[in-house]
Amino acid sequence: MPFIPHTKEDTEEMLKTIGAPDLNALFDEIPPDLLVDSLDGVPEALSEMQITRLMHKRAARDGEPLCFIGAGAYEHHVPQAVWDIATRGEFYSAYTPYQAEASQGTLQTIYEYQTMIAELTGLDVSNASLYDGASGLAEAALMAVRSNRKNKSGRILLAPGVNPTYEQVALAIAGTQGIAFDRLTMDSATGNATTLPDDDAGPVAVVIQQPSFLGTLEDVDRLTDWAHARGALVIAVVNPTSLALLKAPGHWGENGADIAIGEGQPLGVPLSSGGPYFGFMTCKQQQVRQMPGRIVGRTTDLDGEYGFTLTLQAREQHIRRTKATSNICTNQGLAVTAATVYMSLLGFDGLRNVALRSHRNTARLIAGLTSIDGIDRLFDGPHFHEVALRLDRPVAPVLEELARQDILGGYDLAGMMPELGHAMLVCATETKVDADIDAYVEAVEKIFTEEARRSA
Amino acid sequence: MSELPGDLLYTNEHEWLRREDDGTVTIGVTDHAQAALGDLVYVELPEVGQDVESGGDMAVVESVKAASDVYAPIDGSVAAVNEDLADDPERINADPYGDGWIVKLQPSGAIDEGALLTPAAYQALLDEEDA
Repeated sequence: MPFIPHTKEDTEEMLKTIGAPDLNALFDEIPPDLLVDSLDGVPEALSEMQITRLMHKRAARDGEPLCFIGAGAYEHHVPQAVWDIATRGEFYSAYTPYQAEASQGTLQTIYEYQTMIAELTGLDVSNASLYDGASGLAEAALMAVRSNRKNKSGRILLAPGVNPTYEQVALAIAGTQGIAFDRLTMDSATGNATTLPDDDAGPVAVVIQQPSFLGTLEDVDRLTDWAHARGALVIAVVNPTSLALLKAPGHWGENGADIAIGEGQPLGVPLSSGGPYFGFMTCKQQQVRQMPGRIVGRTTDLDGEYGFTLTLQAREQHIRRTKATSNICTNQGLAVTAATVYMSLLGFDGLRNVALRSHRNTARLIAGLTSIDGIDRLFDGPHFHEVALRLDRPVAPVLEELARQDILGGYDLAGMMPELGHAMLVCATETKVDADIDAYVEAVEKIFTEEARRSA
Repeated sequence: MSELPGDLLYTNEHEWLRREDDGTVTIGVTDHAQAALGDLVYVELPEVGQDVESGGDMAVVESVKAASDVYAPIDGSVAAVNEDLADDPERINADPYGDGWIVKLQPSGAIDEGALLTPAAYQALLDEEDA
């Protein structure tokens, strides 16, 4: 896409044409009492040199910690080639372009992405991505309400394993649109759904996260069939890496989940203070008209050559206005480009190796940590690359001590799920070697024994 | 422009109505509307039994370049929908007053014909739009 600058003369001519005295006049409709000159807590601008120094100083404080935190975002090795390719000029501004079909390369990248994500989730169609996993749940809930028109309840039922942050975000987005979220109760032994209520009303949709936020594996077949028997749609929330080992949502139960969403970050996007990440979304063919966002299709042109095009655009904002399926008007193009390169480089076997190694590392971490007196698993049963542990003491001081030793020891669940007691999530992806895991276990052991000695 | 069927009533939204012998009212979009929309690719139909209110939207017709609401011209409930449109929305292009019907409504009360257009009045509307 070319960069087209404009001169002062251009600006003046444009203003003259539309009859505006100056640029500020374009913002006249903002009421004056809403305009502010300065923001509290935001200091005066710094020079480039000053800001560079400041940022280096702040970055140095981070150190290079060993990270055992997951809880929705996961550290994975990103091959150098991923961002080398994604940041090429041709891809760097990878919005779905307004003159879409002029950008065949961009469209093909999105098309390849859609193909791989649809295959990974075992469903028919993928969109060009969403903002992130959490907002993806809101979009999926709204989509389910549009699709499942027979059910007017607006009630979405969440399995106990759905990430509480996702629920908060979905409620913030969809809560004012007549959608309410309920939870199935958790079996305290397994962390999964208890007996399923014989609820006559039936929700619009049931949301099942696999692996669950607390690292357990839900009986997705049972839940899917239970939901479908009640006329509810099934929304799967999945970790893309795990799909190299676990059953794809499209194959859950008798008929498969109807919509799958998730956080795409594990596919080649580095952890960086929470984003930018991207959300993925796939669905069955029957639901495609209600799917938000853009979809790239492959077609044949007048000369019989294949080409790529935006398809089903009438669902979108620029045509349907207020009745569009979503006001999400762009995707996370750059992160999706990285994910496409990542998946292409690894291939299915590569992704499987990442998943297997992560699983094995987590198993070693669990064995090490639970051998310490005072640490147990919160739930039994199989896991993928993350588990919840119960400590015999508050988690925060332990994590603080580990942080002093440059180890990010886990995610303290006290804030989000205090009912679980002294609990935390730990995760070991393929980025860890045995020595890292052993060093972590040793550090925790030391904290526990030293404290025991002090209190003795 | 082809002749307007004389036995139908019309609306300002370019829809037509036919009063059937069984008391229901069949509704579709006019030839002018289908020509303006272009090739139809999808029709979103209401649920049978659903109540509709005059002026409220009840279906969506989607072409390659636009999506438009189909409004209920009268109060009533949906008695039938043209299921064939799901696989073959182009019926609306090919035969807007026949095979391309969209919804049959069971009116909930007397139909106020004064609020609808006669063929002559609708023709006048079309002439005005062309002018």
